[in-house]
Amino acid sequence: MSMDEYVLIFRHEDGQKVASPEQMQIWMKQTMDWIGGIAAQNKFVSGTGLPFDGAKVVGHNGVVTNGPFGDIKETIGGLITVRAESVDEAVEFAKGCPVLQGEGNTVEVRKVAKNDGTH
Amino acid sequence: MHNQDIIPHLFRTEFRKIVAVLCKAFGIENVNMAEDIASETFLSALETWPYKGIPENPQAWLYTVAKNKAKNLLARNSLFADKIQHGVKISVPENDEIEIDLSPQNITDSQLQMLFAVCHPLLSTEAQIALALRILCGFGIDEIANAFLSNKETINKRLFRAKEKLRTANIKLEFPPESEVSQRLQPVLTTLYLLFNEGYYSESKDTILRNDMCLEAMRLTRMLIDNKQTSIPQVNALLALMCFHSSRFKARKGANGEIILYQDQDETLWNTELIANGIFYLNRASVGNTISRYHLEAGIAYWHTMKEDTEEKWENILQLFNQLLMISYSPVAALNRTYALAKVRGNEIAIIEAEKLNLTNNRFYFTLLGELYTPIDKNKAKQNLLRALAICTTQPDRQTIQQKIDKL
Repeated sequence: MSMDEYVLIFRHEDGQKVASPEQMQIWMKQTMDWIGGIAAQNKFVSGTGLPFDGAKVVGHNGVVTNGPFGDIKETIGGLITVRAESVDEAVEFAKGCPVLQGEGNTVEVRKVAKNDGTH
Repeated sequence: MHNQDIIPHLFRTEFRKIVAVLCKAFGIENVNMAEDIASETFLSALETWPYKGIPENPQAWLYTVAKNKAKNLLARNSLFADKIQHGVKISVPENDEIEIDLSPQNITDSQLQMLFAVCHPLLSTEAQIALALRILCGFGIDEIANAFLSNKETINKRLFRAKEKLRTANIKLEFPPESEVSQRLQPVLTTLYLLFNEGYYSESKDTILRNDMCLEAMRLTRMLIDNKQTSIPQVNALLALMCFHSSRFKARKGANGEIILYQDQDETLWNTELIANGIFYLNRASVGNTISRYHLEAGIAYWHTMKEDTEEKWENILQLFNQLLMISYSPVAALNRTYALAKVRGNEIAIIEAEKLNLTNNRFYFTLLGELYTPIDKNKAKQNLLRALAICTTQPDRQTIQQKIDKL
């Protein structure tokens, strides 16, 4: 069975929402358990959080704005890459992502392009 | 990746430490900024730790990040202030090497001073408790709203006004002068007492939250005891009281959240370690010549830790209630005194005394009368319990009263 890599991208509806310290710790624990569960199946490739502060958006003609806040509220909070046998398996992984507890938040599942001509 | 687990409540614990230290450095008028920096620090952890692993020393990691965030913010603010001559008023030292001291000593000092500032008599008691929960205990707005059975908007407004007052009244983070410590401690103790009661008697269904509030009140009280200047007998008496009460935490609520009355509690669920601690602090409180309401209430709570009904026990409880009512009247104390009286002198005498109290808008008044009449006059017992039922607002307590009526 061939494995493909998929990127799971966490989109937050409102990245500026402040949660309580206790809540943040709970999310952290859940995130670690979620990633740990994927890693235990040897299907975790890599991942990172994307801090909101200092973020910039470069636009057409090189216009730089502080962002992504302002025009759009939705922001990307982080991403992980997993190995999966099918997009459905990757979707199952995504369903467990604690980010989805926030109303309006989504996890986008995208296949990573392979450089072997198969796509 | 390190496999170690994060300490439970680490973020909450570190929130209050970081906020206290930052307020000490920048003034309590910048408490919102301090809270933001602390929250952003945890956000950074949330964005890093799950992927890179928990750092060797999570606390030190958080402090470094908080310090950097504070310094960056200051740099930005001073730029802003230079340009517009206005902005957050923070005095930045000339060499812009601002020292944020996160040593254990400064953390403790800052928290103690914060305790005095938050419990400033200028603030309403409600505001003091909300501020204490937020700044001194690190509770979120949701959690505070839940504990007060209120909503986020109300709590936010309350906190906003309280912080405005701290700012406009120019309240400083400092230790009161030695001559004023005892006097300034009074509102602090009242707030800690109420904070504890809020957790103990709250009708909120969230047992963990209620328990946490009690533990926080005890932690803050112990902080005062650990400091030589503030460890006066009253503070020790208050902690003793909290220990005795919380020893019954597990036993006093049933599976459906209904209150289990003292005489019906399973005493094997009482926490003996807390009882022992209570006795320890009550002994430490028994020096000097001031008897406070906390001494008396701790004494009453002490006798309640003995399950067996003896004449000595109830006689002592009665006398302590008599004294307590003289210095600090409350309907609850009056009703409890009458219960003790019944135990010592019998129900007939207690009924006469009870009916003099005339607390006709208090459901406990009618429950007490119902109890006292039960062995004497079933009709009157039922009448009273029905009146209690009519003014009782919570479902679990209605059940308890209904059961009493059914048993008659």
